[in-house]
This record gives sequence, C-alpha cells and structure tokens, in this order.
Amino acid sequence: MKKNKSRTRFIISGLLPAILFYTIFMVYPTISVFVESLYKTGGLSGKKTFVGLNNFRLLLEDETFIRAFQNTIFLIVIVTIVTMFMAIFLAAVLTRENLKGQNFARTILYIPNILSIAVVASIFAAIFGMDTGLINGLGRLFNPETWQNIPFLGDRKLVVYSIAFAMIWQAVGYYMVMYMSTMSQIPEQLYEAASLDGASKIRQFFDITLPLSWETVRTTLTFYVISNINIAFQIVKALTGGGPDGASMTLLNYQYEQAYTNSSFGYGLAIGVVVFLFSFILTAIIHRGTKRDIVQF
Amino acid sequence: MKNQTKLFRVFVYVIIALFILSILIPIIWVFMSSIKTNAEFYENPWNLPLGFHYQNFIDAWETANMGNYFMNSVIVTSLALALLLVISLPAAYIISRMEFKGRQIVRTFLRLGLFINLSYIVIPIFLMLLDWNASLQTTFFLNNRFILALIYASTALPFTVYLLSNFFSSISKSYEEAAYIDGAGYTRTMIDIIIPMAKPAVITVILFNFLSFWNEYILALTIMPSDEMKTLPVGLINLQQAARGAANYGRLYAGLVIVMLPTLILYILVQKQLTEGMMVGGDKG
Repeated sequence: MKKNKSRTRFIISGLLPAILFYTIFMVYPTISVFVESLYKTGGLSGKKTFVGLNNFRLLLEDETFIRAFQNTIFLIVIVTIVTMFMAIFLAAVLTRENLKGQNFARTILYIPNILSIAVVASIFAAIFGMDTGLINGLGRLFNPETWQNIPFLGDRKLVVYSIAFAMIWQAVGYYMVMYMSTMSQIPEQLYEAASLDGASKIRQFFDITLPLSWETVRTTLTFYVISNINIAFQIVKALTGGGPDGASMTLLNYQYEQAYTNSSFGYGLAIGVVVFLFSFILTAIIHRGTKRDIVQF
Repeated sequence: MKNQTKLFRVFVYVIIALFILSILIPIIWVFMSSIKTNAEFYENPWNLPLGFHYQNFIDAWETANMGNYFMNSVIVTSLALALLLVISLPAAYIISRMEFKGRQIVRTFLRLGLFINLSYIVIPIFLMLLDWNASLQTTFFLNNRFILALIYASTALPFTVYLLSNFFSSISKSYEEAAYIDGAGYTRTMIDIIIPMAKPAVITVILFNFLSFWNEYILALTIMPSDEMKTLPVGLINLQQAARGAANYGRLYAGLVIVMLPTLILYILVQKQLTEGMMVGGDKG
C-alpha cells in the first residue's frame, strides 16, 4: 500500500511540470488566439469590447489581408513543389549512384538548416542587393557597360519569387537528408533484380524508390505546410518587412504588424485564427489526398 | 547506352556541384566580407578583400554590443536546455514506462503540441506576459532571460517528450524490475539506470534544441525589447537595418560571422549525429 502511494506521488510530480508549462505557454496561448479574435482592442486605452465575428468581416474587405493570404498560398505551393522535387531528385541520385564526394555533398547541402533565419535573411540581403549585391555584381562583372541592376527585393512583382528562392535554398538540404535516410534502407536486391529484368534507372526510380519512400514523402508533405508558413514569416520579417508596399506580406507578418506594431490585438489575432484553421485544414486535405496503400519491402 | 549513362552522370555531377556552390559561395563570401574595409564595399562585391581588416570584429563585438548579445544567447540557450531536460526526462520516462490511469490522455494531449508552431503563438504569449505585468504591477515578465528560456523549453516539450519516450519504450522492462528488487526507489531507478541508457537520444535532443534556441529570433525580438537583453540573432537584424542606413557593411558581416560560427563549429563536430539523428526525429507525424 505504501508502495502504491509513493508510486502515485512519483508519477504526479514527474508529469506535473511538463503538463503545467506546456499548458501555460502553448495550450493557453493557442486558445486565446481564438477567444481574443472576437474582441476589439481600442488603441491606447486598451479597452476590450466584444464584437463577435466582426473582425473577420473586416478582414474580407482588407486588401492587405487578401494580398497576404495570396502570398502565403503562393509560397506554400511553389516552395513545397520545388523543394520536394529537388530534394527527392538529389536524395535518389546521392543514394543510388555511387558518386564521389557523396558525404561531402550531404554535409554541405544540410548547412542552411543549421543557420538562424536571421542569418539566412542577411545572406540573401547580400545576394539580392543592388550595387552591393552578389547577383547584380556578377552581372556587372560580365557586362560592365550594359548591366542594369535588378531590384530583387524592391520590385512588387519580383519580391515574392525572391523570397521563395531563399526559402527553397534553406529547405532543400533538410528534406534531402530525410529522404536519403529512407531511401538508403531499401534493399539492394530489389534494384539488382530490376536491372536484370532490364528496367532503366528511371523505371527503377518510379517503380521501386518512390513507392517505397512514399510514406516518408507523405509525412513531410504535411510538415511543409506548417514549416513554410513559419519560415516565410521569419524570412519576410527580416528581409523585407512585408514591403515594398505590402507586396511580400504573408499572413503571419500581417498579424504581427497589426497586433504588435499597431496594437490592434483582436484584429491581428483574427488573422491568427485564419492561419490556424487554414494550416490544419490544408494539412488534413493533403494527408487524406496522398493516402496510398503502403508498399513494404 | 554506355554513352547515355556517362552523360547522365556528368549531368548529375554538374547539378550537385551547382547546389554545393550555391551554399558555399555566399558563406565564404560572408567570411571574406567580414575583413573588408568600408571603402571596399563600394567596389564590385566579388572583389577579394585587400587586407585583413579585423577592426570590423572589434566594432561588432564592442560598439555594436554583439559581445553582450553573445552572453545573453549563451545564458538563455543553456538555461533553456537545462530546463527542458529537467522537465522532459521524467515526463517522457513516466509516459513511456509506467502504467497509470489517463496515460493515453496525457500522451495525446502533449502530442497535439506537435502541430502548434511557436510562430503561431508569439503574439498571444506576448499579450499574456503583458497581462501578468499589468496585474502584478511589475515589469518582471518582459525583458527577462529566464522567462525567455522557460518559454523556449516549454514550447520544445511536445517534440522532445515524443522523441525521448519513443526511445525509452525500446528499453527492456527487466531493468526496472531488477532495480526494484534491489530496493531502489522510483526516482533512483529513473536517474541511475534508465536515463544513462538513453544517452544517444538525450544527445540528439540537446543538439537539435541547441540549434533551435540559439537561432530563434521572433520570440526574442518580441518579448525582449530592451537593448541589454537582446540575443545574437536579434542583434544581427539590428545591425542589418543599421548597415542599410549608414553603409556600415564590414561590421554587419563580422556580426554575421559571430552568429553563425558557433553553429558551424558544432555542425562540423557532430555532423553525423545531426543528419542521422533526424531518423529518430524524422517521423513526427
């Protein structure tokens, strides 16, 4: 009986801190996003009035919000597709072909993932700069007379592509390493048998490599949504601040601007609700839509 | 056929070489720019540095306060790691190795956190701290390195507990039975017997979380507005904004080197554990 009591005490005291701090700093803030979005916070006085779904109605008429939503969807789609294709291609090639310097390649390609997004943003500020920029500098080096600086971050149309480029650069290595770890577990005999049957490298990729790593690819597809929303926010925040003139604004950047800079907490958190619902629904759809019968070896 | 394979291999080598260069060139360029004088930045950015202008580092470290921010980052990161381990190890141990009522509920409850990204809740966390300050009439909760570390640790809990408890479940139950027969208590058994066996998982947890705490900047930017409390990545963003206005680039790139050097050194040392550790942490779905 005494043993039982000390066991219970052990369990409770071991679990309590984790549950407590997780609840205070993750669960409660998440709930408060939804609750606060129903209020209007009045400027300096900080007075809160319940406005129901009015913040959401205002969002629908807010052009910057629409813009931010479009940019967010664009970045999720384009970055996910390009990153995924590149990462799968590189992983398949690096695991299947016996290339020299395979480990070196893996080590270097993973580097962007260990850098702070603040560092990544500074690097891309240098790459995309005008007179001091690396790409424009290269252009001037080869066409000193005729080169016109390209405003990668200053042009309203170009800026989202520049951001997408930086995000892909940051992400490819991470997903590549993940796919490599799955692909390297596929037994060699399968490929040998396929070779004997005369299947080409490309056939082998589509008939063996891809189906057998599908579960991993599928799992990462659901990561892409949340992580792209998050990385886009951080890169845009440090690189362009949403500019020029809102052209590179994403949902989380607009939320931050409204809530932190403008102190319109309720309105900002209504955007937060949109982010939560959007990313959950999208994740669920992807999860359902990519379901295949699991192929095992 | 032979020729085709050869061509394909050349193609593959070129592609991979391009990827590698796209990563190495900017990083090497940052290192070289960190020793250029300001006048050199008005030339073509591809020019090599003319000398070793180490004054940039002194400027960054002292004038731009990066030394101070470096200490803040060290304090916050180590505090957060310590808190994370103290909180997550017992929880993961209990969830994975002890039977009790509501175990499944606790497990699911914690796992839901895997879908919440820190970026999604930065604003409500800030508002909550603001509220606490207002209702207790203090300024304690903002600009506080301990609070920042505690929030880092708390938001890393779902993933860490998940990873550790997966590892704990793979250890045979007979170790505890033997320990109990020898008369060891629950706490003793956990600390002296099971946790040492989970060393590889603990190292993975430390590595990944070190990187994420050291690199994080949105939360630090939001809840540490005072200049003395800034962490390195936030200091770097300040430097970047300052460089744009005052064309003070040498200092910026020296600052950039200061921020990335610790992670690069760590990466060179533990490169294998990191890329292989991903297999443990890989499938968090």
